[in-house]
Amino acid sequence: MERLLDVRDLTVSVGEKRILRDVNLQIAKGETVVLFGPNGCGKTSLLKAIMGGLEYRVESGNIRFKGKDVTGLAIDERARLGIGMAYQRPPAVRGVKLGEILRFCLEKRRGNAEEELSGLARKLNLLDFLERDINLGFSGGEIKRSELLQLIGQSPAFIMLDEPDSGVDLVNIHLVGQAINELLEKDKAAAKRGTAGLIVTHSGYILDYVNADRAFVMLDGTVYCSGNPRDLLEDIRTKGYEGCVQCRGQI
Amino acid sequence: MSRTDMKKKAEDAAGKPAPFGPDLDLGAYSAKTAEHGKVASLKELHAEVGERALSVGIDAGEECRQGSFFQMDHSVVFSAAYQSGLEVMDITAALEKYDWLKEHWWKALTADVDKYTAQAELKPHHGYFLRALPGAKAEFPLQACLYMTQEGLAQNVHNIVIAEEGSELHIITGCTVAPRVRSGLHIGISEFYVRKNARLTFTMIHNWAPDVAVRPRSAAIVEENGVFLSNYICMKPVKTLQAYPTAYCVGENATARFNSILLAPEGSNIDVGARVFLRAKGSRAEAISKAITTGGNVVARGHFIGEAEGVKAHMECRGLILSDKGKIHAIPELEGSVKDVEMTHEAAVGKIAPEEIEYLMARGLTSEEATAAIVRGFLNIEMKGLPESINDEIKKALRMEETEGGL
Repeated sequence: MERLLDVRDLTVSVGEKRILRDVNLQIAKGETVVLFGPNGCGKTSLLKAIMGGLEYRVESGNIRFKGKDVTGLAIDERARLGIGMAYQRPPAVRGVKLGEILRFCLEKRRGNAEEELSGLARKLNLLDFLERDINLGFSGGEIKRSELLQLIGQSPAFIMLDEPDSGVDLVNIHLVGQAINELLEKDKAAAKRGTAGLIVTHSGYILDYVNADRAFVMLDGTVYCSGNPRDLLEDIRTKGYEGCVQCRGQI
Repeated sequence: MSRTDMKKKAEDAAGKPAPFGPDLDLGAYSAKTAEHGKVASLKELHAEVGERALSVGIDAGEECRQGSFFQMDHSVVFSAAYQSGLEVMDITAALEKYDWLKEHWWKALTADVDKYTAQAELKPHHGYFLRALPGAKAEFPLQACLYMTQEGLAQNVHNIVIAEEGSELHIITGCTVAPRVRSGLHIGISEFYVRKNARLTFTMIHNWAPDVAVRPRSAAIVEENGVFLSNYICMKPVKTLQAYPTAYCVGENATARFNSILLAPEGSNIDVGARVFLRAKGSRAEAISKAITTGGNVVARGHFIGEAEGVKAHMECRGLILSDKGKIHAIPELEGSVKDVEMTHEAAVGKIAPEEIEYLMARGLTSEEATAAIVRGFLNIEMKGLPESINDEIKKALRMEETEGGL
């Protein structure tokens, strides 16, 4: 399968602190990959480093996307190439409306957004949120849905989801799962999909709704082992992260 | 107080500096100018005048306006009202016509507040009288323009606005200078009287020049169930502008609301506040100030004085710093002297948070587009209680300012 994302020996610091070391991660088109790991192990940092966050200084290694080295590119350039991210805790942006951003994303792709705009918002139960300042006073579940709505608007080829299942209630998790499956084109055979996904979860809750192909465990800023998502989750449940990593070894 | 007594008080205060803002040398501005002749229609004004006026919300075509007042330098060149129950007049003529009006002259504020009020009394250059008769409801706004064409001129106007009992009145006031004018002094006294159950919205847009000094002095008296809404927009360079409009809620459930949007480019010094005395049971106040500096200085003041039971008031000062050269100083003050008052404020001053820009960039916006979207959002306030037509005018004016100001 065609390789979409290729992270090689990536070491990243924020300020003086090294937060990622020698990370290797390859994801092919059509694949859905899950990243497990305890709080603070570097999962969110890895996603933000791939997205191109300014704070995340690459010390060595590189990130290739669609065969192109994107390590030195700005966030918006990466976004335009097709990297998209749903934030776990996005900032509230006062004065900028959710609808405004969604319109921007849709117009970039196809000129006219108006018809599609409300249809998409309705699907994610966010019709009343289009005129609201983005993330300002949104509940946990509303944030997840709003992040997915924007991603659907963007339609990126590579989709990173940071804890899409945390703080989401039973009713909303269905909606969230559906939206992710739509984004990842789960209705198509893997070979026919144009997208790939990287899902960060520490509970694994989302796996009841979204099928993943592979999983990795992250610990202390590096990616340790890979395997079948359910097997790995089971190992983590019984042996803990350290136990899991010891058993399977570093990749 | 008789007119002579008021003159005497003004003379005594002629050298009295204002508590805020730099002290100006009034002698540095010229008091003499040629008279401008009256026009039969605002369309007769030179296209250049029309364009400048439009930048402050004044439409020479009088589209959706129920009356207009236009003063150039020291001459009132036009005044007309098109709806029965509404009056638009030169204040000098109005004082001659209505004997009772002199009771309202220097009633909301006095001539001896500082040297600027004193100068307005000692060297008056007209101003407007706008009034809605009892029960009259204006659907569209009246517009009033104060225009300066002569370099270095002092223009001292005194305005009186009255919304009589049960009436509804909307006003757009635009103050500006001719394109070639760089310096001048504008002193504007405005007294607002909002009677029982009346509603007055007053939207003032300023577009000055880099060396113009501006000293508005205004006060409003709001009676029972009356609503006074004041919006102020200044987004163009001005050397020094200092104003601290004050509202007195004297009747039960009276409401006063102030909104201001200020932009200080390099060289601009703006000191604008909103003060409300809540003197009657159940009176309400709100003040929202939004200030941006791209190199200039802004002092955003607010002061609520709660003196009666059941008073509620909220103040918001937001400052956005877009340049290290500029400074924003927010000074919100709350003062309560009875048990049952509820007054709150929030103030926030700072630059745009980098994580907000990054977040929008992750959606594909460039850093510049993200900044522009946040600045636009900052300026875009829906002014509560305003008719849609006026909100549209404000948005139009802000859009013009954004494009021209390079924001």
